[in-house]
Amino acid sequence: MACISPDGKPTESGAKMLRALKSGLGSPEEIAEDTGLPLFRVRSGLRELAQAGLTIPQNGNYKLTDKGAELIE
Amino acid sequence: MEEVKEQIISLPRLGESAPAFEAVTTHGVLKLEDFKGTWLILFSHPADFTPVCTTEFIAFAEIYPELQKRGVELLGLSVDSVSSHIAWVRNVEEKTGVRIPFPIIADLNKEVSILYGMIHPGQSKTETVRCVFIIDGKQVIRTILYYPLTTGRNMDEILRIIDALQTTDANAVATPANWRPGEMVVIPSPNTQEMAEERLKQGYECVDWYLCKKKL
Repeated sequence: MACISPDGKPTESGAKMLRALKSGLGSPEEIAEDTGLPLFRVRSGLRELAQAGLTIPQNGNYKLTDKGAELIE
Repeated sequence: MEEVKEQIISLPRLGESAPAFEAVTTHGVLKLEDFKGTWLILFSHPADFTPVCTTEFIAFAEIYPELQKRGVELLGLSVDSVSSHIAWVRNVEEKTGVRIPFPIIADLNKEVSILYGMIHPGQSKTETVRCVFIIDGKQVIRTILYYPLTTGRNMDEILRIIDALQTTDANAVATPANWRPGEMVVIPSPNTQEMAEERLKQGYECVDWYLCKKKL
């Protein structure tokens, strides 16, 4: 897992993506620009975060879930 | 006696869509479609912790900033585990100071290797040869290079091919032998006699009607 550690906490790159989502960004392109991560990493990371129930995909964009928001508080 | 059945898979060809895959890498699970919109160099190496491959990885890492300027990502592959890849790239950094910034596919089940024709049994039945697939932002295969196990790749040529392909796409031209950025480009051959005659009046540098060059 690239975005979630075995203990269930987000990795540094995972936390960056969650924070970007919390700030209101939604598209992988916007998040890549904001975080400085390569777009391919953001696309795969958001997919992984969605599988873990931390984000929800919506028409190519992503939204933070309550569980995802709790993890970065 | 058990019958050995060989599965015939059509190898990728230039101008065709790159075969889709989902693979475990050192940067997590990646799909080919994650690279949509950027160019991608998918390359295989025979094995981790081997000398020629180590020199190549250092060389790929060195050209990575130049590739990024051109909107190109790198993705390595070998039939090794993620743990082996991680141990190797950490060792390379420790011994040489070079950080490997791009992901590497751990293709233990050879799924991607077979899909892309990276295993050549005449060279090795277990290792991938040194393949380079240059895939554009629309995920079409634009260049395929194969090198034998014993010959390390030439990074200048890989950068040159990227520059040539991107120049061709941007300007609808071709590039002559040994072309380098900034040099004259070739105007595609005319399709009709009228076009052949017209081109000679257009101020291009022409050897004859079929070989004309211009500066961009």
